[in-house]
Amino acid sequence: MEQQFDTSKLGMWLFIVTEILLFGGLFVGFGLMQHKYPGEFLEAHEHLKQDVFGMPFPLYGAINTIVLLISSWTMVMGVNAAQTNQQKKTVRYLVVTILLACVFLCIKYVEYAHKFHDGLLPGIFYAHQSEDLIKGTHGYATFFAFYFMMTGLHGIHVLVGIGLLSWLVMRARRGDFTSEYYTPVDLVGLYWHVVDMIWIYLFPLYYLIS
Amino acid sequence: MEPVVTSSARIGDRPRPKKNYLNETKGIWSWMTTVDHKRIGIMYLVGTLIAFLLGGIFALLVRLTLLTPAHTIFGLQVTAETYNRFFTLHGAVMVFLFIIPSIPGSLTNFVLPLMLGAKDVAFPRLNLASFYLWIVGAVMAIASMVIGAVDTGWTFYTPYSTTTSGTVTLMTAAVFVLGFSSIFTGLNFIATVHKLRAPGMGFFDMPLFVWGMYSTALIQVLATPVLGITLVLLMLERVFQIGIFDSRIGGDPVLFQHFFWFYSHPAVYIMILPGMAIISELIPTFSRKTIFGYRAIAYASVSLALVSFIVWGHHMFVAGQSQLATVVFSALTFLVAIPSGVKVFNWLCTMYQGNISLETPMLYAISFLMLFAIGGLTGIFLGTLSTDVHLTDTYFVVAHFHYVMMGSTVTAFIGGLYYWWPKMTGRMYNERWGQATAVIWFIGFNATFLPQFILGSRGMPRRYYNYLDQFQPLHAFSTVGSWIIGLSLFMSAAVLLASLRKPADAPDNPWGGTTLEWETSSPPITHNFEDQPVLEHEPYDYRPKAVTH
Repeated sequence: MEQQFDTSKLGMWLFIVTEILLFGGLFVGFGLMQHKYPGEFLEAHEHLKQDVFGMPFPLYGAINTIVLLISSWTMVMGVNAAQTNQQKKTVRYLVVTILLACVFLCIKYVEYAHKFHDGLLPGIFYAHQSEDLIKGTHGYATFFAFYFMMTGLHGIHVLVGIGLLSWLVMRARRGDFTSEYYTPVDLVGLYWHVVDMIWIYLFPLYYLIS
Repeated sequence: MEPVVTSSARIGDRPRPKKNYLNETKGIWSWMTTVDHKRIGIMYLVGTLIAFLLGGIFALLVRLTLLTPAHTIFGLQVTAETYNRFFTLHGAVMVFLFIIPSIPGSLTNFVLPLMLGAKDVAFPRLNLASFYLWIVGAVMAIASMVIGAVDTGWTFYTPYSTTTSGTVTLMTAAVFVLGFSSIFTGLNFIATVHKLRAPGMGFFDMPLFVWGMYSTALIQVLATPVLGITLVLLMLERVFQIGIFDSRIGGDPVLFQHFFWFYSHPAVYIMILPGMAIISELIPTFSRKTIFGYRAIAYASVSLALVSFIVWGHHMFVAGQSQLATVVFSALTFLVAIPSGVKVFNWLCTMYQGNISLETPMLYAISFLMLFAIGGLTGIFLGTLSTDVHLTDTYFVVAHFHYVMMGSTVTAFIGGLYYWWPKMTGRMYNERWGQATAVIWFIGFNATFLPQFILGSRGMPRRYYNYLDQFQPLHAFSTVGSWIIGLSLFMSAAVLLASLRKPADAPDNPWGGTTLEWETSSPPITHNFEDQPVLEHEPYDYRPKAVTH
């Protein structure tokens, strides 16, 4: 049992390495394109800081960061509850984690809706009309392509996380997890923290740096 | 004096168990749902060999087109587009469906847990998932060839790959899926090596095959995700024109090359390290001698894996990267020669004063040494800036990487297949015919690719479907060579398949090997070993006297 737990954990860590490399490629790509279009990227950054539905845009990101951080904490508590045979508590914490993930996606939806409305979209779909960020200039469309790819890929990971957490809730209610066997809870926990951590890097990259 | 090798005493002594992994359960369903690493290895073997056949057919078509300067195969017209598809499909199938998955998926899946004295790999279900991902990727890749056409070459260079019509998007999606198959295989092997070694087996008691595959797995896990994201970007560029690789919309084509080679150079080591891993088993076994420089070879494997990550720029000397970068990448590239040289000299020292027996696997191993030496040394010409500028995109490059990928890796793969065939199937093949295939392979290979070095140095560019008349004799020579290679491979298929028609006759340890896979029956039982094997001697311990048949 001990051996299997260790092995699974090693496997999960290796998987996490591949996840970080996957995002790493996008971070490097972003950096290089920023180097190529410093002016355009800066303007696009500044544009991102404008108000969205009466609230400065970075505030959405900040709220989402806090939401994810709290969800990481509830996840830890969930793992801890599973480890100490507290079945009901495990379910409760996992459900709260799922709810927080949903809150994150809802806020993300508001952000995306605003971008769609303004035509700040990747590539051929780029249709921004106002004076700044004129259509046809290279760089703007690329900036928003990266914005959508990176936050979108992260969003997909959140969705997958919700799926995994729901599966854990199902199993926890069935009483599958004990202090002897709680490997899946632990591994999904690791995954969830990585999703959280990637956001911690995305947040300053798009919302704070100028 | 008693031999230290415990297994040798038991050759043929033990009755063959009635139940083994092949006949324990029956029916196609039992195979499709199996989590037994041995059965998955066999399925991978069949799958990758079918891919090898497909890629081989396209290779023969490429060579046939080049038989004459006219654009024909025996009078049939071959357009430039058709020729582009031929070499693209040859390259893409061979690289992504055959060489990268073949040795890890088939031979390693089969023998690595046995060598460690384990019951299975660390994650058996993930292992099966990896195989099915390979199937999905293979179906997608073949579909992209049947529905439309891919004519970009296996490297998918932008801007051509973002502008050509054709089913490039489906093909890149296929490679993306195949990448995940590769990642899962690598992840599985790393966890297996760390956690499932037999009692008493430290890292430096592992067979060198395991060291080689461990290094390969490291690259698979660390490089493939970058290819994955690159291919996603390429697909998005084609579909949404996001402006990252296509310069018309503000992208940077050289960036694609950087991303692509950041994976694909390490991928070359995903191909060669398994070949080296097999050779490290064949040489001591058939020299009846302890391997020379065990630790040096082990460290060389890992350092090759690490060096592979910092030399990708040598694919782009004339692609427009900065002058400083080309000089640095050129200098770093020479580092590759050190661990490669360490390995070759250690193998040679192992053979020195050994009791060499020239059975089929050993003939392939010796071919490997010679072909790898040529492939490796010509790599130095290409790593040197002043010569590479002239040789870039010529047949010299084609010949160089065929010597390394085919002359080395495929040679080792076939040698390894002959070596472990009795263990996998329980049957001995005809030794004489096996030896004949090795000799014909060696002749055919050199006949095909040696002339290409000369062609390249005289300026014959790669990927052209016609050429100046003066090149015809060498091209014709090369084409005839490709038929000899084909002959050798068909003979190998016949020799191995013929052995399946007779009842099981292979002893547990036909070659006198010292690694743990020879301590179980041939073919092994489903759970690999009757009792948990315990390591009693270091690997390749042929003291104090050689194993006798």
